[in-house]
Amino acid sequence: MKNHDIVEKNVGLMVLFVAVAISFGGLVQLVPQFFIEETTEPVEGLMPLAAVELEGRDIYIREGCHVCHTQMVRPLRAEVERYGHYSIAGESVYEHPFLWGSKRTGPDLARVGKRYSDTWHKAHLYNPRNVVPESNMPAFPWLFDAVLDGEKTGLKMERLRMVGVPYTDEDIEGAEAAVAGTSEVDALVAYLQQLGTLITYKR
Amino acid sequence: MSTFWSLWIIVLTLVCLALTCWVLFANRKVAVRDDEDPENKTTGHVYDGIEEYDNPLPRWWFYLFVATLIFAAVYLVAFPGMGSFKGVLGWTSAGELTMDQKKAEAIHAESFGVYSKMPIEELIDQPRAMKMGVRMFANNCAVCHGADGGGNFSFPNLTDSDWLYGGSPEQIKHSIAEGRSGQMPAWGPLLGEANVASVSEYVLKLSGQDGDSALAEQGAAVFQQNCAACHGADGAGNILLGAPNLTDDIWLYDGSREGIQHVVRNGLNNNMPAQKDMLREDKIHLLAAYVYYLSYNEEE
Repeated sequence: MKNHDIVEKNVGLMVLFVAVAISFGGLVQLVPQFFIEETTEPVEGLMPLAAVELEGRDIYIREGCHVCHTQMVRPLRAEVERYGHYSIAGESVYEHPFLWGSKRTGPDLARVGKRYSDTWHKAHLYNPRNVVPESNMPAFPWLFDAVLDGEKTGLKMERLRMVGVPYTDEDIEGAEAAVAGTSEVDALVAYLQQLGTLITYKR
Repeated sequence: MSTFWSLWIIVLTLVCLALTCWVLFANRKVAVRDDEDPENKTTGHVYDGIEEYDNPLPRWWFYLFVATLIFAAVYLVAFPGMGSFKGVLGWTSAGELTMDQKKAEAIHAESFGVYSKMPIEELIDQPRAMKMGVRMFANNCAVCHGADGGGNFSFPNLTDSDWLYGGSPEQIKHSIAEGRSGQMPAWGPLLGEANVASVSEYVLKLSGQDGDSALAEQGAAVFQQNCAACHGADGAGNILLGAPNLTDDIWLYDGSREGIQHVVRNGLNNNMPAQKDMLREDKIHLLAAYVYYLSYNEEE
């Protein structure tokens, strides 16, 4: 029996070899990034999201914003010209999971913070066509009626702390009070308005 | 990158390449099927009477594999891939970006350089500058102020001669660079519903709309006491505070009776985001000129 016959006739052995073969890529490209400074050190001034912003982030995920919007400005001239400084790994160290996205139906949002007024964001979320007539983004009117109770915000922070986000005990204790009564749209806008604001760059 | 992780990457990459070479070369079958020799003819297994020839990999296919291995070797020497080794070309993605930006800068510096030294009053007579202004306005301002600058509910119209913060070139430039923040307090709790109704009637009258005269007369006193500080005794507004002129019939919000009452009762809070940290000086200058140009035609 030739060598490859042995592999071909033992599925278990083949699975093992396939796993070894494909894990080289991950071991070389991914694993070192969990440990090296360039990807694990937060950029200067990076703070964990405040309670309301954290809830806003979860609404961002729930509504699937990341399906059409990326949060990753690549180091290409046209992108930097449009969105601002390219994204830095250190900006995402507290992101679990990250929301870099993979498809841009709408524009990138990595540096959307402070670019538009709160009023604009609300008008735009209520019905994008009211401010951008050619927009094909869905409207999110229910965000204006739904009010957050903040019951689980502290728990979320605790869990995030377990994976390395430096929330303090005060953050966790005060979370419910900070969030309770906030409308979903306000939380989402609060989240959007802080995106990418740590690095300023003149386009 | 620490030496450990650098070595980790280098060793694993080389091991992977070596294994690939081994799989390719060690298992290479060179002997071509000999039709005369029944032993060498097939792989030896038979399924439903179907046999399989045991031929080597086609030569072109084999050389394609070899080519990828050569490519890998050349790539790893030229580009960063081997741990902290930077590659002999010294390429980085950030470096490539800088190079592209320098090239673009050389093209743009000419036009922006000339225009950034020109006063706004002169820029509006430069058709090319205004053409650039249209594009930049579309990219940076149109989402709020509209593609034509005509504004929207709560976003000011930039094409008329009515200005919250002044329409001179300097004032426009200041509004773009530093942003503006306008606040009107909620008067409902302070004035009470009766006064909200009367003062709203007075504001209706001020702007030349139909209102209840008797109520408006009561409202006039309330206005002088509470509103005149910002909106002026005559209601003509104050561009230092961004307090709108109430004597014209131009409304940023709802100018109906219900709309005015709502604003008096609940107040307002609006702002124009400052662009000075996001846009370059020369772009702000040109944008200010374009916005001035938009309303300049109106004033003519």
